[in-house]
Order: sequence, then structure tokens, then C-alpha cells
Amino acid sequence: MTATAVPSAVNRLLDGTGGDQAAHVAKYGDLPHLPLDALVRAVAGSRLTGRGGAGFPTEVKLRAVAAGRRRPVVVGNGLEGEPLSAKDAVLLSRNPHLVLDGLEVLGRALHARRAILATGPDIDPGPVSTAARSRRIEVAQVTGGFVAGQETALVNQLNGRAPLPRDPFTRVTESGVDGRPTLVLNVETLAQVALVVRWGADWFRSAGDADDSGTSLFTLSGSVAHPGVVEAARGARLRDVLEPAQPWDPAAVLVGGYHGAWVPAQDLDVRLTRRDLAPYRATVGAGVLHVLDSGTCPVAFAAEVMDYLASESARQCGPCLNGLPRLASDLHRLAVGVRDRSLPAEVERMSALVTGRGACAHPDGSARFVASTLDVFRGHVAAHLEGWCPSRRHEGTS
Amino acid sequence: MTSRLHVDWTRCDGHGSCTDLLPDLLAVDDFGYPIPRSGERDPAIPRRDEDAARHAVRSCPVMALRLYDARR
Repeated sequence: MTATAVPSAVNRLLDGTGGDQAAHVAKYGDLPHLPLDALVRAVAGSRLTGRGGAGFPTEVKLRAVAAGRRRPVVVGNGLEGEPLSAKDAVLLSRNPHLVLDGLEVLGRALHARRAILATGPDIDPGPVSTAARSRRIEVAQVTGGFVAGQETALVNQLNGRAPLPRDPFTRVTESGVDGRPTLVLNVETLAQVALVVRWGADWFRSAGDADDSGTSLFTLSGSVAHPGVVEAARGARLRDVLEPAQPWDPAAVLVGGYHGAWVPAQDLDVRLTRRDLAPYRATVGAGVLHVLDSGTCPVAFAAEVMDYLASESARQCGPCLNGLPRLASDLHRLAVGVRDRSLPAEVERMSALVTGRGACAHPDGSARFVASTLDVFRGHVAAHLEGWCPSRRHEGTS
Repeated sequence: MTSRLHVDWTRCDGHGSCTDLLPDLLAVDDFGYPIPRSGERDPAIPRRDEDAARHAVRSCPVMALRLYDARR
């Protein structure tokens, strides 16, 4: 095949060719197939981390699965259960072949028994199903809500069980789909792997900074004129990534989705890396950036999010099943102006109580969101306890 | 070699036998579920509690507990 143009510094993922394989090959060139050791070296050198939310180093998962004795299964996770995220849907519609390239190159190098691309209920399976026809890749349309994308829940579902997380004591890299070592990677992560094998780790790291490399897809939503999905380098400033969406009167930005944390509007110059976001207890996660305007009460917003998160509990683990509704109810009391000064401390105590006491990341992520709300909006919470809401200052309500 | 106690939260119903057997290690939370006093996810078992911990694993009615080598 003819040599193809190296993609630009930060527009790598979204300018795809849809389901058209010939156009895909013309644009990206044939998919090189690397033996396992070369693939592990390339992924390690790229310092690629998972784009599904947890941000785990892809190299570590890959090595764990490669160390298994049985032939593994490789799974592309396109559940996208986070309501504020649309980047997996956009990627799978615009560039399905790049995602499948990543799955294929990993599957071949690992001599995988099966390669499965799993799409959630909000993903159009058409383009990726068309794209998968010429490859030995299964496309599985699966169901489920917020927690169904947790990798143990996806593995359970692919094994014919309910889409619920399992106890993580036995890792899916040891025993997952069909009881085999299983590599579960987010679909964006797979597309990034497909770029790394073509243009190399150094090219990959030409975007981003030293310890947080490459680009990420971001879903921009909330108080913005133009919601949508954009690609930006890790390490770009939050303000610059939001700019194309034209945020309106931002008070804060929720970074990382409903399991994420707030960055207040005065800090929009923060760079989107692990290190720079750590003081806010935020991570890039799956790239959700949700703008809250200053006319919206953050406590009321948080209470509604907690209602949703409580309703999305898999209802398997006692602390999550009981603790999340308690958090939601206390946030609602704060939101409507119940002047009980013990409420913030009680919410903090309950957040700590659920943390680390579930099979999946749901209680921990929910607690992180609540703790960040109380911290970033502490002045706002104090106003509620005095009987007024700063977001309603222009309406003259009490 | 230190052992740690792992709770499978998808199984635990807050029956309470582990908190009875390991009162120095585990408290009971607001909802009746065990909560490590140390704040650790999987609490380390002091040597004096090792027999009681093994007993707790055996007597959990829903088999939600296991002990493992802390080097894992």
C-alpha cells in the first residue's frame, strides 16, 4: 500500500472514513501486525492510559493478559454508560475501522481466542457492524445503565449473566470472558493503539506532556452554545478545550462526569493532566467536561445527580445500596434550604463510609463527586445554611 | 507474613458474625455492614486475631469473606 500522511498533532481520531474500509486503508495504510513483544514495547513507550474513565496504564493490562497460560479474549468496551459522554458514540460512527484495527492488532499479537466489540444501547451499531464484516471480530450489542460498563459487569454480560459488577478479587485479566484471561479496553483506547502501531510511541507522545501523553476525546456539555465532541492534547488548558463550545457564564466545570470533580471558573487555565487535576481530586476520566453556569444552583444540581447515581446502583453491595440514597436525600435537604448545620459534616461522613466498600467504582466515584461539590461550593453551601441561594440572587427569592 | 481480610460486597448481607468474632478489627456501619476500623479496604489481620479471622471466614453464612497473603 502507498505511504500515507502522518496525522496532525492533535486531530488524530475523528477525521475517519465511516464504515468504508477501502477509504480507511487509503487514508491510514495497511494495519501493521506486530509480534507481542514489539506491541508491548510500543504501548509501553507511548505511555497510553485507558480512555474509559479509570486511566489505568494500557501496558500493565496488556502484560497481565499476555502472562496468562490460556489463549485470551480481547474486548472493546463501547458501553458508554455515562450520560454526559458521547465520545465513544461519535468515534464508533466516524472512525469504526480505527477502533477495530486496535482490537485486531491486539487480538493477533495475543493469539486471542475471541475478539469482541461491545456496544451499549446508546451507540449506533451500524457503522461498526459493517466495518467488522471483513474481520474476525464479533460485535455484541449489550444492555445496561451506568455501571454496566464497569469491566467486570461487561464480562458478566458477555458470559450470559446479568450486567452487574462482580467481586474484583479475581481480576478479569486472570479470568474473564469464557473464564479466559481477558483484556478489556475502551474503544478510544483501541483507536489510540491503532495509531501507536502505525506511527510509533514517539509520535504518540508528541502530543501531551511527559507523564500524560497523547490526545483525548472530550464531550462538552452543559451551559455551552455548541455541545459536542472534540479532540485535544492531554495537557491542553481547560479553557482552550472548552472554547469551541462557547461556554456561557461558567461558575465551574465538572471534569470527568458524574464520578468526577469540579474545577471552579477562576481556575480554567488548569491543564488537563493527572498531575494538574490532582488538587481538585479530578481526573480526565472519559473526557466529560460539563459547564455549570452561575445561575444554576450547584447543590440542587448535585442532589439530582445523586438521585441518578443512587438509582443506578447495581443494588448488590450494602454500603452503596443504602449509602447513596442517604447522600441524595441529605443533598436535597441542603438544596431546599433546610438550615441544619450538621448536614455538610454528615454528607462528608457518609461519603467516607461508602468509599472502598463496593465491588465496583460506583460508590467511590459518587463519593468523590459529592466531596468535591461540598469543597468547591463551600461558600454556596454556607449561604444555603443561612437561608439564601447565591444562584438566585438576581431573582430576589429568599 | 501478614494476612488481609477481603469482603465480597456483592455477597455480604450484614449478618454480623464477622463483626462479633473480630470486634477489634471490624465495626458495624449505619446499615449493619462490617467496616474496618483501620479504614483499609482489606484490613491487615494482627497475629492475635488470625484464629478468629479464620473462624469468621468459615462461619460467614453467605461465604463473603476470604483471607489472602498480603503480598498480593
